[in-house]
Amino acid sequence: MTGIVSYGAYVPLYRLSRDEIARAWSQGSMGGEKAIANYDEDSITMAVAAALDCLNGMNREAIDGLYFATTTAPYKEKLCAVTVAAATDLRREVFSADFTNSLRAGTTAIKAAIDAIGAGSAKKVLVTASDYRLGAQSSEFEQIFGDGAAAFIIGDSDAVATIEGSYSHADELIGLWRTEDDRFIKSWEDRFVLTEGYVLNIKEAIAGITKKHNLTPKDFAKVIFYAPDARRHTEIARSLGLDKTQVQDPMFNTMGNTGSAFALMMLVAALDEAKPGERILFVNYGDGCDAFILKVTEKIEKHRKHQGVKGYLSSRKTLPNYETYMRYRKLVSLEAQRRPAWFSSPTVLWRDREKIISLHASKCKKCGRLFFPPQRVCNYCWAKDEFEYVRISDRKGTLFTFCQDNLALSEDPPTIVSKVCLDGPVGFYCLMTDREPDEVKIDMPVELTFRKIHDGGGYPNYFWKCMPVRRDK
Amino acid sequence: MGSIKDKVAIVGMGCTKFGELWDKGIDDLIIEAAYGAYEDAGIEPKDIEAAWLGVTQLISAIVMSAPLKLRNIPITRVENRCATGMEALRNASFAIAAGMYDVVLVLGVEKLKDTGLAGLPGLGDHPVFGVSVTAPANWALGATRYFHHYGLTPEEGKRTLAKIAVKNHYNGSLCPKAHFQREITLEQALNAPIIAWPLGLFDCCGNSDGSAAAILTRADMAKNFRKDYVLVKGIGLAVGPGLGKEDCDYDHIHLPQTEIAAQQAYEQAGIKNPRQEIDIAEVHDCFTISELMTYEALGFSVKGKAKEDVDAGTFALDGELPVNADGGLKCFGHPVGASGLRECYEVYSQIQGRAQLPARQLKKDVKLGVSHNQGGHPGCLLPIVTILGRAD
Repeated sequence: MTGIVSYGAYVPLYRLSRDEIARAWSQGSMGGEKAIANYDEDSITMAVAAALDCLNGMNREAIDGLYFATTTAPYKEKLCAVTVAAATDLRREVFSADFTNSLRAGTTAIKAAIDAIGAGSAKKVLVTASDYRLGAQSSEFEQIFGDGAAAFIIGDSDAVATIEGSYSHADELIGLWRTEDDRFIKSWEDRFVLTEGYVLNIKEAIAGITKKHNLTPKDFAKVIFYAPDARRHTEIARSLGLDKTQVQDPMFNTMGNTGSAFALMMLVAALDEAKPGERILFVNYGDGCDAFILKVTEKIEKHRKHQGVKGYLSSRKTLPNYETYMRYRKLVSLEAQRRPAWFSSPTVLWRDREKIISLHASKCKKCGRLFFPPQRVCNYCWAKDEFEYVRISDRKGTLFTFCQDNLALSEDPPTIVSKVCLDGPVGFYCLMTDREPDEVKIDMPVELTFRKIHDGGGYPNYFWKCMPVRRDK
Repeated sequence: MGSIKDKVAIVGMGCTKFGELWDKGIDDLIIEAAYGAYEDAGIEPKDIEAAWLGVTQLISAIVMSAPLKLRNIPITRVENRCATGMEALRNASFAIAAGMYDVVLVLGVEKLKDTGLAGLPGLGDHPVFGVSVTAPANWALGATRYFHHYGLTPEEGKRTLAKIAVKNHYNGSLCPKAHFQREITLEQALNAPIIAWPLGLFDCCGNSDGSAAAILTRADMAKNFRKDYVLVKGIGLAVGPGLGKEDCDYDHIHLPQTEIAAQQAYEQAGIKNPRQEIDIAEVHDCFTISELMTYEALGFSVKGKAKEDVDAGTFALDGELPVNADGGLKCFGHPVGASGLRECYEVYSQIQGRAQLPARQLKKDVKLGVSHNQGGHPGCLLPIVTILGRAD
């Protein structure tokens, strides 16, 4: 039966205290903190991180499709799902699509995956949802929004939670929007948007799906529903008469509203606590609603090989101040460094895509040694063109040597230039991210993460960096 | 492998002042260095049969033939990163040794200070591999590992490097053509802003404009030009795959290419014990850590013990083996294509007893010197070692 076969999530390392945002603007604080993507992260890189969490222990060859859902796609034209598919090293024959422009994009992608499996065109589809939305500076949105991603494999067998039913409706209402020219999210008067938009729609969807399946909200062990903020989440839970144990924590205090990934991340958190046999009601809102009824299976307890929301939330560092956040999001213009401009070439990026994006090393068939970047002539035994490609993005390693470069062009100096020895062994010469410069030491354990290197050429240039280990599974 | 020993003589050299020469274009630098060398050798432009130009930021031989009005002779522009200047000398030496030409001009030049950039311009050859990494960063990788491997605390390591900077600044302060002519204290070096930790401002050489040139001839013809000509005794160059930063097998504390290039040169020159036999050394100290690691690679210091020699003042102007008597790249400056010839210029002048200012002339008999020029960084190095010696 069609269901969730695997799941994973990603929460960036850095957190910004809402008191610190409030300090910057001499305004009231909503309390708690929100997750902040590093300067080198975007919705694509966070989707890759969540997808890798979801793929841990899974056979990547078995994935037939990759969907990427977001409201903050780095590209207006050009598919992002293909980048996620390449970085997660999926087969070239996967079908791929971006689901965009709505907070509901993540569940629309899940619905499309369910339908593809139902139609028999796929056995396993990897769905990713990722967002890093920008509220205007000093707005309530700025305090509410957080950054993060979720990923699910929807499949036809071995489900950890089967999908017993679904429901959708569409609603035309201009509540939140961004046009071609807007950088920050805009909103109509909030009382209208919330009462006529959010509240009515959520209630309609819950009534719709429970009626369709002859159930009531009381029949669910957990009820997961999108909410724009903590207050609305509490109000809906109360109006449905839900018991406290039934309500999934929306993590406003620790993470913030992560847009199209938000409800999906709540579902990941719920699944990490769920027991076999439990029924979950899962409702997402945005220009209408998608709702699903899930039933947790026996397989769930053996499956927990991922960091999930909980694991990533517990791995955190506090951003020192609001100014750093402004720098990360390029909300201020800084003096240009006296260094040559970034260079890029789509031709080179295309020719080297297997090395750059999929992070394949060469493995010599004669001497067995690995090398990155891949070498046609073996660096150790001179064998020519006798190698196979081997993925190294999921290997861990240790830091062999490093420096802190203040001269290099960077949005977050100092640049930690690193020579890493990954398991294999295979060397990896790279930059280090998500680090505190003073904590970087020779021999420290590191892992790899897919990041944006620069914007040369007028588009994001992605590659892998090393970082202090966050994944313990 | 053959030997270049006693086949080629340097009979004239010229060198401009190095520095931020805002009012001079590359043509001015080329003309000054070339005419300095012509005058020193007592020749005229028409005597030159062939020429080699070392420059990294501009391409083609026309860069030199145009300002000098060299007419219809073979001229080759060579480039080998920061080893470009000595690479020009190396190729010209082989042409002389082959008997192809009797008198050739070798000139290295760079005009860096028109770019408005800090540090050297990037290579820009790949969109993501090696981006956002500078020359000091790639040498700092060596410093971090060297300190770790030999059990030096960062403070001890930085202090050792600072002593090298203080020495080179003292030497540079005596040198009228040097970019920086100011002494510094150990505390200044230690407290300077960090460029690429552990390297601070005074661990990094200057980015300079400048040019140096040499006139080469056959050894058997050299006495026709001057009595105190200087002979090429050996030249070595060793280039590896350059993949040390990517290779777990590379230890990042040794410079194996420099060791091999030095062996080649020492063998040709018949040098068995470099520390005892060599009277002066000009070492490519783009960064202080480069000078420290090169002491060991050239066989001046026992591996891992260079710190002891630095502490003992072995390489000071009045030490056992003076290194970078003219201030080195640190203070004389580093106009990339010119540096290799400037390193030869100092050894040439010291052997002749003609160092600028009597105070700079080494207080000993200078018969044999080594000039070391290199491009790249640990794991990706292009080192050239040239031995120059007195004719007697």
